[in-house]
Amino acid sequence: MGAVDSSSSSPVARSLHRFANPGRFLRISGRVLPFVAIPALVLTLGGLAWGLFFAPADYQQGDAVRIIYIHVPSAWLASGGYLALAVCAVLSLVWRHPLADLAAVEIGPVGAAFTALCLATGSLWGKPMWGAWWVWDARLTSVLVLFFLYLGHIALVRAFDDPTRGYRAGAILALVGVVNLPVIKFSVDWWNTLHQPATLSVSGAPSMHVDMLWPLLVCILGFSLGFAAIVMARLRAAVMERRIRGLLLAGAQGA
Amino acid sequence: MTHLGFVAAAYGLALVVGAGFAVDAWLRVGRARRRLEAIDPRRNRERVL
Repeated sequence: MGAVDSSSSSPVARSLHRFANPGRFLRISGRVLPFVAIPALVLTLGGLAWGLFFAPADYQQGDAVRIIYIHVPSAWLASGGYLALAVCAVLSLVWRHPLADLAAVEIGPVGAAFTALCLATGSLWGKPMWGAWWVWDARLTSVLVLFFLYLGHIALVRAFDDPTRGYRAGAILALVGVVNLPVIKFSVDWWNTLHQPATLSVSGAPSMHVDMLWPLLVCILGFSLGFAAIVMARLRAAVMERRIRGLLLAGAQGA
Repeated sequence: MTHLGFVAAAYGLALVVGAGFAVDAWLRVGRARRRLEAIDPRRNRERVL
């Protein structure tokens, strides 16, 4: 159950493990982090200010439309964060990547928080627009399931005395739960939902005015970089904390 | 501005969540770095953390 011997594994595994060395990760992430965190701060604050003060109000929704500048990036990160969790699960289960388990542990709470933010802001938009804080609509329900999957993962990876058993159980849950992502994405097409269809799509033109689209894209980019910066910083701390535990254990055994 | 309470609550929540996680991560990195520098026997040749 140890790490893969990189000398006898595939080029992909060798490449992955070259960047898995904790010391190398700390060096590289220490240099990269400011270049992610500072643009994240500037873009997020700029995008939110643009959306709040300068973007036009909607002719039907009024100023409640400004909630989308938080709701849509949060929804994107709720799904994107879970996908990252599933990628970490594959890296852990298939290649025994030493940082993948730690990354999954650190992604979980951040992803859960952004999913909760997505649900809360959706609710704050729904009350004035739909007249209800919550409806058991396919999109809302599938995102609520995603939130519970995050909570399950957070609990599971911390539930065992042996951390490797927790990491393995969490990785399996992450992979099983990934089936919920297409359900979230296509729920508005498969079922007759109160939630509107996708505003942005890769193949078609966006269904919103360009004066609203640009601040939304800036917010999505800023939130995404912020998510990456927070996870990277938490992962740096986790790597250092693991080394501290190792040193203390070695000291206790040597005494 | 219409629906001011709903909009303010949404932006307030976003700032609390984002800033909360960012500050927590920053403090956690600082604590771990100080602790590691205090006990790590390799601290004199690894100043790049």
